[in-house]
Amino acid sequence: MAVDKNMRVLIVDDYKTMLRIIRNLLRQLGFNNIDEASDGSAALQQLRSGTTYGLVISDWNMEPMTGLQLLREVRADAKLKAMPFIMVTAESKSENVIAAKEAGVSNYIVKPFNAETLKAKMVSVLGDF
Amino acid sequence: MAAEDKSSQDNGVDHGGDFAAGSPGAAGTARPLAAMIEDRIAEIRARQGDTVPLGDVAGVVRALLGSLSGDLTAEDIRLYREVEDLARYIQSAKAEIAALNPADIREEFLPTAADELDAIVQSTEAATGEIMDAAESIEDLLVGLPDDAAERLRAATTRIYEACSFQDITGQRVTKVVRTLKSIEERVDGLVRAFEPERHGIRLESPGRPAGTSTAQAWSGVAATGDRAEDVDLLNGPQGQGEAIKQDDVDALLAKFD
Repeated sequence: MAVDKNMRVLIVDDYKTMLRIIRNLLRQLGFNNIDEASDGSAALQQLRSGTTYGLVISDWNMEPMTGLQLLREVRADAKLKAMPFIMVTAESKSENVIAAKEAGVSNYIVKPFNAETLKAKMVSVLGDF
Repeated sequence: MAAEDKSSQDNGVDHGGDFAAGSPGAAGTARPLAAMIEDRIAEIRARQGDTVPLGDVAGVVRALLGSLSGDLTAEDIRLYREVEDLARYIQSAKAEIAALNPADIREEFLPTAADELDAIVQSTEAATGEIMDAAESIEDLLVGLPDDAAERLRAATTRIYEACSFQDITGQRVTKVVRTLKSIEERVDGLVRAFEPERHGIRLESPGRPAGTSTAQAWSGVAATGDRAEDVDLLNGPQGQGEAIKQDDVDALLAKFD
């Protein structure tokens, strides 16, 4: 099934610069419906607000709620548990990748990353576009 | 020596004359030195429990030495010298700690360093914002350009966006350095506290580290909402070259779960 580029994407990061970078890269890939959140708890609130999202792209190291905890909350929520979730983080140790995978992450991108990697991971999670 | 005696009295710990006056050695009893030392240790334990402030040890050693008299064996003399060296070492260490001006380190140097690092983050963030503004302006002009030119310019702006992610990484690295500075501050406090807590008025609880957290936790990250205890150890931020795994390694690791 073709990916609907009109889907709403939620990007979560506590660095405004990174939010802007990901937003611009997504826009270049043809995704224009983008919302932002500055930490896991704000993201969770948006995800539960009734707006339908097709993808979450989240940082890990944020306060007060980390991306890992957000991921666990999403997977534990009956309405959200199937949500595609890509972690984009500077946490680059094997144990981080394993912990994220065990929590149910869809894919994992190590910062700094390029547009090609972002697109490849989105394709692996959503399908080709 | 007078100043040290005053310091001992100020500490409210009497460890000078009592040991000498009440010592069997002072009465000239010919007991082995080792037995005398054991007596002194038992006496200290009875008074203060198992923990004796490091700064008081010098006073205890002085009192012990002052109480020694009578015939000494060669072994006693060797031990005597070692104890004397220990007393000298402690005094020297105390002087060096005092010369460090820990208050300056805590109140001036470390905050200044943290402020400078914050300024670096702010200036790089501002500069990155300007660069992104410019790149977005270029993208706005792509409409109406020939496809080839538009595509080449879009590729260039993509590279600019990718390069701008340095600011995020820099910010996280600087945060790690600031945490390290806080840890150094705690260690300086601890060192001073171990020698002369009352004299320096060092606070006993550090506001920077929640009770019960390990040094490793204080150095790495902070617990966030809903974090499990083990999650804190996963917050390490950007790794140095050679420590960080690459995207290919991540992909290989994820593939093992499939």
